[in-house]
Amino acid sequence: MPSVRSAAFGWGLSGGAARPRMARPNWLRIRGPLPLGTRRMLGLCSFLLPLLVWAIVSYVPFIWHPNMLVTNPGDVDYFQVGMSVDRATFASEVTSALQAKQAPPQGVPANPLYLPSPGAVASAFIAAFTSSAGNAEGGWMLASLWKSIQVIFWGFLISSLIGVPLGILAGANTAVSHLVEPIVEFFRYLPAPAFGALAVAVLGIYDGPKIAIIVIGTLFQQILIVANTTRKVEFGLVEAALTLGCRNGRLLSKVIVPAILPDLYRDQRVLLGWAWTYLIVAELVGATSGISLFITQQARHQHFAAVFAGIAVIGIVGLGTDLLLGRLGRRLFPWDRSAAL
Amino acid sequence: MTDQETASALDPPPDVVARLERMKARDVILRVEGLDKQFTGRGRGVKALDGIRFQTHRREFLCIVGPSGCGKSTLIRILAGLEAASGGVALLDGVPITGPGRERGMVFQGYTLFPWLTVKRNVMFGLEMTGTGRSEAARQAGEWLDLIGLSAFAEAYPHQLSGGMKQRVAIARALINQPRILLMDEPFAALDAQTRARMQAYLLDIWKKIDVTVIFITHDLDEAIYLADRILVLSPHPGRVQEMIEVPLARPRSPAQVQSAAFRATKARLESLIHAPTSSAAEEEPYPAMPLMANVLDTVE
Ligand SMILES: Nc1ncnc2c1ncn2[C@@H]1O[C@H](COP(=O)(O)OP(=O)(O)O)[C@@H](O)[C@H]1O
Ligand SMILES: [Mg+2]
Repeated sequence: MPSVRSAAFGWGLSGGAARPRMARPNWLRIRGPLPLGTRRMLGLCSFLLPLLVWAIVSYVPFIWHPNMLVTNPGDVDYFQVGMSVDRATFASEVTSALQAKQAPPQGVPANPLYLPSPGAVASAFIAAFTSSAGNAEGGWMLASLWKSIQVIFWGFLISSLIGVPLGILAGANTAVSHLVEPIVEFFRYLPAPAFGALAVAVLGIYDGPKIAIIVIGTLFQQILIVANTTRKVEFGLVEAALTLGCRNGRLLSKVIVPAILPDLYRDQRVLLGWAWTYLIVAELVGATSGISLFITQQARHQHFAAVFAGIAVIGIVGLGTDLLLGRLGRRLFPWDRSAAL
Repeated sequence: MTDQETASALDPPPDVVARLERMKARDVILRVEGLDKQFTGRGRGVKALDGIRFQTHRREFLCIVGPSGCGKSTLIRILAGLEAASGGVALLDGVPITGPGRERGMVFQGYTLFPWLTVKRNVMFGLEMTGTGRSEAARQAGEWLDLIGLSAFAEAYPHQLSGGMKQRVAIARALINQPRILLMDEPFAALDAQTRARMQAYLLDIWKKIDVTVIFITHDLDEAIYLADRILVLSPHPGRVQEMIEVPLARPRSPAQVQSAAFRATKARLESLIHAPTSSAAEEEPYPAMPLMANVLDTVE
């Protein structure tokens, strides 16, 4: 009798009626497709879930709340209304007051000062945009933000004017690549803030050094990323152009540049994000200005809700710009299929 | 089929002889003399081509066949000027080929259309590169799109076209420059059988109408016989010219000719050349015996 042991090697399709496999989207599948509604919902949840956690920690009194907010100091002489003390201290003061037959202090559970509730941050946010504390123009936040956006704009523009052409040349030409990229690799590892003092010495204390920090933080990465993107152009396109009579400069302007445009655009979006992350450091160089001035001032007065509002504004502006650029990109490059995410 | 029958079927009929004579009476357009190509990789080098020698006449349709890896692509890339030979010369109209040029059009297996240009702008590309005005280029591209039946897709992007359409655009893009010679490296290999048959008929139709010499690489022997005036057979490791065969089939070609004795005899001849015992039977990788992985009682044969 021949062995039937091999039957165990069957490809796993034995028996069982065919089940409708694709009826429901399987969320765990690698790169499995999801309907648009689900994708939108997940995008919303990506923001709502952390917000929900924050709200629960803030508003449910028995979750965390390590401090007590004093509402009535009673007979404890160093307590004041609105003071925040940790629970252990509060409890021991209550017991010692009761033992001494004095009026015990009263309070409600509270989170530390540095974790304001979503509501507090929201009202600080609105207040920052509407009130004109310390600023004649009204909307202190708005004025600060505008200042920051200008710094980012000039920094990123100057960096791109140098970095994009140089990156494309390095990606397209081996000689330029070997001449430029080693030194750029070196500079890439130097933290931009290290140049702060130098930038102030050279460029003064106002916008100059801040823009310089953004440029230093962005430029070197930009050259390398753009060079890599350029190297990834399908060489068959270049060869096809060569056989059609395209040469040198034209090859660059009519083939390589258009071929990389969609990817270059994506790179620029990512790099703009990095430029934003250098903003705070840049603005602290020389005379503090912009949104950093707003944040540091508020932190000095322990207005942490306003600090959070200031940080949130950076995120909102950054994300908003990126969404806008993404939408614009789909318009600009109708042939680019990878853009249709 | 006996050897005698094969021999007689390989003898071209008088009209084919006359056509081939006419072809050979035309001037030699491309002369390849002792072309060598040595790839110097890390460690060991590869000799891809060794002393390739042949010539083609104006308006000839030459197919190059040979087993995979015998240097067909390397040869055509040298002719296109995309690769430099290690020795020997290729002369186009008596002038040595030293780099790419618009007098040699090329169609690649991968479509290599410019994805950022519309179909029409793709076809216009060569003219615009060589200084023809935008409006004149557009006019000529329009004519070519009419010719390849893609006028309706003038404003479409390449990714919106099927494989056959893309390759038609690639052919038009190469031919609009009026090249002396059209180099094609397995251009239809990625297409399905039906589309390929249509593309072959359509290529012959264009070739017949314009003054161009075609060098067409394929590994499909049927395709080579159907298309070619003559077939250059290469042998591998290193690539050498094994034989130049004249196709004894009358033109215009039709798919029905596949059944003819001449066609079958030519194919048998090519097969015997390509699978000749000399052609490195030793280098063929033996494939390992596979264990039975199904129920032995459940036979399928
Ligand atoms: N760029 C290269 N570097 C090294 N070896 C190569 C290169 N291109 C091709 N070869 C080698 O040359 C030989 C011929 O290749 P190719 O011309 O592509 O063959 P074919 O097109 O006939 O299949 C092969 O052995 C291949 O490995
Ligand atoms: Mg090949």
